[in-house]
Amino acid sequence: MRHFIIAGVLVIAASFGIYFGLASVDMLPVQASTQAVGIDWMWDIQLMAMSFLFALIFVPMLYSLIVFRRRKGDTSDGEHFEGNNALEIGWTVIPLFVVVFFAYLGAGNLADTLRADPDAMVVKVTGFQWGWKFAYPEYGFESKELYLPVDQQIWLKMESNDVLHSFWVPEFRPKQDLVPGRVTELRVTPNLVGSYKVRCAELCGTSHAFMESPVIVVEEDDFVKWAIEQQALAAAANTPESQGELLVSTNGCVACHSINGTTGQGPTWLGLFGSDVELTDGSIVVADEAFITESIADPAAKVVKGFAPVMPLYPFTNEEIANIVAYIKTLK
Amino acid sequence: MKKNTVGSGLLLLFVAGAIGYGLGLGFDALINGAPNFSGSTSAAFALLFAVSAFFFGLYGYRGITRGLVWQVVGTLAGGLFISGIRALMGYKFSEIFGSFFFSEPAWVFGALVGVISFLSGVGVMDDWMKWVRGIDTHDHHEDEPGWEKYFSVSLDHKVIGIQYTVTALVLISVGGLFALIFRTELAYSQLQFLTTTFKLFNQNGPQIYNSLMSLHGMIMIVSILLGVSGIINYVVPLLIGAHDMAFPRMNAFAYWIAVPASVLLLMSLVLGGFDTGWTGYPPLSARAPVGVQMFFLGVFTAGWSSILGALNVIATVIRMRAKGMNAMRMPIFVWAAIATSIIALTATQLIGLSFQLVMFQRLFGMGFFDPAKGGNPVLFQHLFWFYSHPAVYVFVLPGLGIISELLPVFARKPLFGYRWIAMSSLGIALVGFVVWAHHMFTSGMNEYLRVPFMYSTMLVAIPTGVKFFSWVATLWKGKIETPTPMLFVLGAIFVFLLGGITGPPNAMVALDLHLHDTYWVVGHFHDTIFGGFVFPFFASIYYWYPKATGRRMNEFWGKVHFWLMTPSFLILTFGMMYIGLLGMRRRIVDYDAALGFDPTHLVMTICAFGIALSVLIFFINFFHSMKNGEKAEGNVWNSRSPEWQVPSPMPAHNYEVPFEVVGEPYDYGLPGSKYVQFITPTKKK
Repeated sequence: MRHFIIAGVLVIAASFGIYFGLASVDMLPVQASTQAVGIDWMWDIQLMAMSFLFALIFVPMLYSLIVFRRRKGDTSDGEHFEGNNALEIGWTVIPLFVVVFFAYLGAGNLADTLRADPDAMVVKVTGFQWGWKFAYPEYGFESKELYLPVDQQIWLKMESNDVLHSFWVPEFRPKQDLVPGRVTELRVTPNLVGSYKVRCAELCGTSHAFMESPVIVVEEDDFVKWAIEQQALAAAANTPESQGELLVSTNGCVACHSINGTTGQGPTWLGLFGSDVELTDGSIVVADEAFITESIADPAAKVVKGFAPVMPLYPFTNEEIANIVAYIKTLK
Repeated sequence: MKKNTVGSGLLLLFVAGAIGYGLGLGFDALINGAPNFSGSTSAAFALLFAVSAFFFGLYGYRGITRGLVWQVVGTLAGGLFISGIRALMGYKFSEIFGSFFFSEPAWVFGALVGVISFLSGVGVMDDWMKWVRGIDTHDHHEDEPGWEKYFSVSLDHKVIGIQYTVTALVLISVGGLFALIFRTELAYSQLQFLTTTFKLFNQNGPQIYNSLMSLHGMIMIVSILLGVSGIINYVVPLLIGAHDMAFPRMNAFAYWIAVPASVLLLMSLVLGGFDTGWTGYPPLSARAPVGVQMFFLGVFTAGWSSILGALNVIATVIRMRAKGMNAMRMPIFVWAAIATSIIALTATQLIGLSFQLVMFQRLFGMGFFDPAKGGNPVLFQHLFWFYSHPAVYVFVLPGLGIISELLPVFARKPLFGYRWIAMSSLGIALVGFVVWAHHMFTSGMNEYLRVPFMYSTMLVAIPTGVKFFSWVATLWKGKIETPTPMLFVLGAIFVFLLGGITGPPNAMVALDLHLHDTYWVVGHFHDTIFGGFVFPFFASIYYWYPKATGRRMNEFWGKVHFWLMTPSFLILTFGMMYIGLLGMRRRIVDYDAALGFDPTHLVMTICAFGIALSVLIFFINFFHSMKNGEKAEGNVWNSRSPEWQVPSPMPAHNYEVPFEVVGEPYDYGLPGSKYVQFITPTKKK
């Protein structure tokens, strides 16, 4: 009995010690959304449960190893008892109630995280290999950066045209995969002004690690100001060349195709138009309008020698492709 | 004699590797106009030639060497066959041969022919072929003494068990080596050596990182499956008093099919690699280089090993137990083996199927997971995890069985709650089948279905808890000894406890939306796998080594292994969990320096090398003790188990005198009690 009391006291002491020890360490990123509040609350509860369970098993184990260790010269066996059904039933049934209760808490916690605000602002997110694009249907423009007003629920409608991606801003907490062929949704309500990053959390190929874009949470007024600027920019892009330039920047084309002559994942665009290029099968073609158009519409059809056929198929319209070709023509 | 063969094997490895590399460069020059020094063709030929040549030097042209040579020839023949057909169909030369030498269909068919050729070449199907032709074979095959029997087909479950175990150790080293390479890259932010200008096997640095990371996962999984089979194969027939497994030829087949599977997995690295992770999610895996096909086929082939091995274990345990060994008097490890085998027998098909569907999508344009053709990428994840979650229990249940088996021996006390522990293994196996979608909380699956999966996932905690409580109660008031095997058992409990308690946070859907695909999860599952498999695996090797060899491994170096590996591993996974919570994503070649993870990553890399060093010490101890270990032919651990009641090493046909069960398996501390009694031949009916 003495052993039980000592071990019991140690378990309780260790539980509190471990919990307060762990809770004093900053283990989560800055809390920057209302969804994060509920998720962090659940983390705290889990931390308590983990501390207690760890102490409950580890302390008696360590106690046994010290107190019930074999002394030198002792060759006898331990005490003979084979089990105790009441105990076994106890430590089956009690945990059963505990885990069901936890799952119940978890379900409520999930409901809080998903709660929809009817006034949420829609942002259309497109993930592609390897970048992000954000469209603001209420304002009618696209952006490489995700600008968000603070304290307003954002309803992200997300699409991917190539492979799975996952939208994750660690400071906001929840993440959601983007699935080709359908629209997935995520609701976040930023509540802290600041600069964060959306980082792709689902392995999406070679440059997965670098698939990050800025997320900037600003005051409502600043957001509106920025949105009007962007609207003006989009409106100003009224020649094919300038629209093409906007397209290649919002789609991240320049991540692989440089415009300054350096070799990246794909051939550079500087001086491309009108030049001779050698293909993987050894043939040489002139990079004219038809060739560049085909290379955008069907990237795998003709691959330039020295490059891997890794370019994804972007969902451009014929007009958009023509604009991009017009822009490439200007790069001499 | 032995030194010479290893020496000539290594010499041939380099010579044949160089010849294969040169040949590949020649093919490159022929096909693409210029030799590609970091290309796949030369690497593939070098790999195939070097591996076969090594075994040729080591062992001569028989057994495994013949199998490997036949695999090489079969692969090339199959590849040329398809290439020939494509030529007849009017494909251009550049479509028949390319930067991977063969086209993709030719590689897949060639690899398949290669696997079958290996099995024919190694001779594992000889007896069946003889039966087909009406020729009788001997029931008992006498193996030649010495080390050579381990390199060709043997029907002895003990030889097969050791073949499995050593293959598992080799693969653990390969998988570990891959981990060291990418962990070194991760030590600092920014790309240091796996840069975009780095070129190897037609891949640049980040692509090589992705391939190594993906293969680290799958090679470790295969090595765990082989390690599990190794221990089960060696130990289960001994524990139940059987003279062998129920189907010795199928047993040999199940082992040998894993060898060409491992070759295919390595081929995937040189054939352009694959950047999909071990999960191989489409659409990414539908776009990856041809290496992903080798990966799919390798896993598909290794799956046969698992399924057939499991069938054999179940049949053996049901049919071949000693007299008097009813279900509740079986050694507890046998219960774990049964639970594991039930999962492996019934779930493995699903990973084979899901990979096969992607293979067909790539080869035949079937749009199972292609949204453009009406397919659904999320369906793959369901099929995949329906195996791959229960698979985790295939990995850990035997390990937990080893913990339960060894604890009473070293605590000198009965196993607390035998029936409850036995049933908890079955409970984990059953619940394990209804929790798969907890890997998919962020996948875009039905939102409301996530809640029932949260409930079912939490239920896993109950049978797992029963095991922990019972282990603690087994230690309570024992007389605990701590030789090396017991240290690893205690380490296993501690590490598995960490893996266990870090599980429920992932089950909470909303919290998992933060935790999913981060290093937190990486830390969590490394804890479960180390606690549930790696530590118990080492414990069982230290424990049963004397049974297999008649000598014991060096105790001092065993303790060094433990005390170096355990803290290194703990710091490594604590680091993983810590930065994971703070926002470190999984499977990334580089991380944002602004996150401030550099110091933690550096410490983790140092710890990874600590683990590698400790395993190196283990290997030296393992091989050195075979000849030089302290003799241990008796009941080294003072165990009640039947295999320790006969002298070591175990005779070829196990128990020359059969035994019957006359008591409970773990009645330590009950004077005069016995578990088994040998049936003396004089006692006739």
